[in-house]
Amino acid sequence: MLLMALKKVLQTVFVLFIVSVASFSLLKLAPGDPVEIMLGSEYSAEAHAALVRQLGLDQPLVTQYLDWLGNFVTGDWGTSYIARADIFTYAFVEALPVTLTLAAFSLGLAVVLGVPLGVLSAVKKDTAWDAGAAVFALTGTAFPSFFLGILLIWVFGVKFGLFPVMGFVPPWEDFWGGLYHMILPALTLSTYFIAMIVRLTRATLVEVLAQPYIAAARARGEPGWRVVWVHGLRNIAMPLVTIIGLQLGTLLQGAVLTETVFSLPGAGQMITSAVLGREYGVVQAGVVMTATLFVLVNLAVDLAYPFLDPRLRPR
Amino acid sequence: MTDTATVAPRARRRSTSMLRRRPFFTLGLAVALAFALAAIFAPYVAPYDPTFQDIEFMMTGPGAQHWLGTDSYGQDILSRIIFGARYALAIGLCSVAIGALGGLVIGLAAGLSDGLVEWLLMRLIDSILAMPSLIMAVAFIAILGQGVDKVIIAVGIAMIGPFARTVRADVMQVRVQLFVEAAGLMGVARLRIIWRHILPNVVYPLAVQVTIRISEAILVSSSLSFLGIGVTPPTPDWGLMIAEGRGFVSFAAWMSGMPGAALAILLIALSLVGDGIREEFDPKLRDGA
Repeated sequence: MLLMALKKVLQTVFVLFIVSVASFSLLKLAPGDPVEIMLGSEYSAEAHAALVRQLGLDQPLVTQYLDWLGNFVTGDWGTSYIARADIFTYAFVEALPVTLTLAAFSLGLAVVLGVPLGVLSAVKKDTAWDAGAAVFALTGTAFPSFFLGILLIWVFGVKFGLFPVMGFVPPWEDFWGGLYHMILPALTLSTYFIAMIVRLTRATLVEVLAQPYIAAARARGEPGWRVVWVHGLRNIAMPLVTIIGLQLGTLLQGAVLTETVFSLPGAGQMITSAVLGREYGVVQAGVVMTATLFVLVNLAVDLAYPFLDPRLRPR
Repeated sequence: MTDTATVAPRARRRSTSMLRRRPFFTLGLAVALAFALAAIFAPYVAPYDPTFQDIEFMMTGPGAQHWLGTDSYGQDILSRIIFGARYALAIGLCSVAIGALGGLVIGLAAGLSDGLVEWLLMRLIDSILAMPSLIMAVAFIAILGQGVDKVIIAVGIAMIGPFARTVRADVMQVRVQLFVEAAGLMGVARLRIIWRHILPNVVYPLAVQVTIRISEAILVSSSLSFLGIGVTPPTPDWGLMIAEGRGFVSFAAWMSGMPGAALAILLIALSLVGDGIREEFDPKLRDGA
């Protein structure tokens, strides 16, 4: 098992290496000469040459890559000219926590709402409930999230004035205020995942409830809720964790859109405005952060399997 | 006997047609076809020119003159939605084609190679998959710039990963089949084996994937234009229209509501079609459950 884990870690490291090369080439492929952008419209040839040497752009690409990687790993991500800030502070310290908060709230909401809905439609299989949940699951997975966000703003923000439609309150400073501001964005982002989890829970549970050990539990006279929630639901953990790991990318890209709809100062907004402002360093930081996060979570999911499923543990 | 029959999931025929057996699939297909027809015949169907600015009817709600209302420039929203269907479908189809082609090449290579090359190609696919398609498309837009053609390329490249993975899985299944081995023993050239025996068995499931993923491509491309980094105005693009109406949502909700509804309806229809096709043709789904 340790060997398997080691193999997984090695694969992950290599994937991260490719991601880093790709992100490095993003800066190299970006249109425009960075030196010209830094110097402005008028400059002398000597100044140009001096800056090229100072930035290390006269070095071979491999050296440049290693330099860049070294700086990146130690938190030296360059300077953003538009935000007039250190990119590491801007991206990692300020923007990323906002995105992670949104993602965490949405994921929590999706599990809290999705699992019971899925259980309900599995237990009440082939009833109106089940059909309603199926329609919701289908619409929820296909609906464009950014439009859903605007609809929610219109209904809950404009018509009824129930929830704030923009702004971010850090929940680690004011938990209830943060929660209050996070309700509409989290609902927007999580609808897709609620629908997904409803489908998954229903499909898994319908299969499990047909197993002999469920019949045995019922025959022992265990109450119906215990059969479903204790014996049945234990089997959901594995597929649930798998899907969360696999869909984390979808969650992150949904966060980009949700942040734009609700004007949240997260990584998504950062990347978008960086593309518009042609700040390739910031785009790169955003890409590396999202990809690394995704890869690491998937590694964690892979490594967590043996703990979730006793069948995968070595004897 | 043809060797395709062993793997390709088209062997069994059923008496009733798929259209009858799957009413939701039929409904979705009808809606999607309606969108496609409206897109093809847009100049004949649309009541106005999509960029014509009716100064007297600026930002008016749905009514007799303009069925779905007008936007802040006095442009007819219905006409813009109909012309927007052209962009949505064209971008969706073209980028899926790029993604499928790229995925086919990488997937074939990964599935047919062994050892270190296979390991490297798999890690390459892993790293493409490590970036969410929207984030990756955004990164490519950053390099390429904005515009319809660039959106197609960016979204297409971003979709290569999932295609490559499925193609590889299919190749791995086919290459160990007896008829492939037999052809190899008979001394058939390797390239010919790939072309005659492996490719046909891979292309079919790939086509199923393509139909399923068109909606994803449309969603990603409209997301790009919603973010303001995809197609540029005054192109009648749904994502752009939704973004433009966002600031007026409190008093002119139809401005983003109408194109948003069009996008949502098309995506739901396409996902109904995709679900139907997947359940009908995916051997994994058909045999087990």
